[in-house]
Amino acid sequence: MSTTAAKPLSREDMAARLARDIPEGWYVNLGLGLPTLIPDYIPAGHEVVFHSENGILGMGPVPPKDAVDTWLINATKQNITLIPGASIFHQAESFAMIRGGHLDLCVLGAYEVAENGDIANWATSANDTLPAVGGAMDLAAGSRQLWALMEHTTKDGRPRLVQRCTYPLTASGVVKRVYTNLAVLDITPHGFEVLDMAPGLTLEALQSKTEAKLRMAASR
Amino acid sequence: MIDKRVETVAKALDRLKDGSVILLGGFGVVGQPQELLEGVIQSDARDLTLVSNNAGSGSPMLPKLFGTGKVSKLICSFPRPTPPEFEEHFRRGKIKLEVVPQGTIAERIRAAASGIPAFYTATSVGTKLGEGKETREFDGRLYVMERALHADVALIQAWRADRWGNLTYRSAGRNFNPIMAMAAKLTVVQTRHMVELGELDPETIVTPGIYVDRLVHIQSADPPPA
Repeated sequence: MSTTAAKPLSREDMAARLARDIPEGWYVNLGLGLPTLIPDYIPAGHEVVFHSENGILGMGPVPPKDAVDTWLINATKQNITLIPGASIFHQAESFAMIRGGHLDLCVLGAYEVAENGDIANWATSANDTLPAVGGAMDLAAGSRQLWALMEHTTKDGRPRLVQRCTYPLTASGVVKRVYTNLAVLDITPHGFEVLDMAPGLTLEALQSKTEAKLRMAASR
Repeated sequence: MIDKRVETVAKALDRLKDGSVILLGGFGVVGQPQELLEGVIQSDARDLTLVSNNAGSGSPMLPKLFGTGKVSKLICSFPRPTPPEFEEHFRRGKIKLEVVPQGTIAERIRAAASGIPAFYTATSVGTKLGEGKETREFDGRLYVMERALHADVALIQAWRADRWGNLTYRSAGRNFNPIMAMAAKLTVVQTRHMVELGELDPETIVTPGIYVDRLVHIQSADPPPA
């Protein structure tokens, strides 16, 4: 009964919920998919600097169609803008920022996240003959904080928060926090700890959609 | 007098041989030297290994190059979306694909440019792409060893150049170009603008001319809208 009363967050609400937790002054890289919605929910005047793998700090919003500079793209190859204070640099420097631990945060989408912080987000099967990794492994291994933004289950209801990932790993033991359409969870030495749940949801109902064992965070 | 300018793409690419390893600048289409790619299509060189971040989706020339069957191996980080010309040769086993994390490609190129034969990185540790690689622990963390990625030819797109080969780039067209320009035996540049020696502000030169061998002045088109 509690599950039917619960109202999962929309994709936009998930992005907004995560955006609320990004402190001013952080340098942040956003992965493909859901994370690209996050900048829309950073309040005006709250200075957060977005990094793009192809050599940009200070990425701004997508421009109107009549004001597109086709030389300016992000890692998703969308035409974008730069904000005042932006900088451009080459690929090795861009990845030195990532691999040298200079980014405060990276937010990645994920197929699966495990209770030990493993993340699988780049290939759906071990036999994928045309896999595409891009910068995901660099970001996962190198960022100071890695958060995952993802649906809590697959479309057919299979849990994505698991004891051990079944899909090929992107990196192991790196995810610190997970934002889903049902909850916000920290990954601790004791596994997943629930910080926040969608309105109307109980821990029992959340557990029924999660393969890994959940516990409430001590004080929050 | 130092003058690296050459009149034609064909002349600039005359050292391209069967089996050459080519570094191709650009991220997607932006900063990808289309006219130099056209020169590779028109050359007789075959069995080429191409290092490019992408497999040519949206590119005017890269899918055509795959279509010629001259490329036998692609080293890249993100081959999707995959143009049909690549897909067809790949499915028939005519072209090999080596998928490498993007930062590892960049660092392998930078290492080759800097006289560093190999380095250790945490990227890909414990994953399918790190399998079989030498690992070593430093200060309690595991790293995999990666080798420098040397090449015979680098194909570069610059925005401004002088006859010594000093280069600047346009906006996000910089990407892989400056590091690739440093890492090949022969660096060939197509530049949108050719300026007089001394006209480029030394403070703003991104690629010093020491890395550049040949320059072709081509008033190429802007990248298409994404």
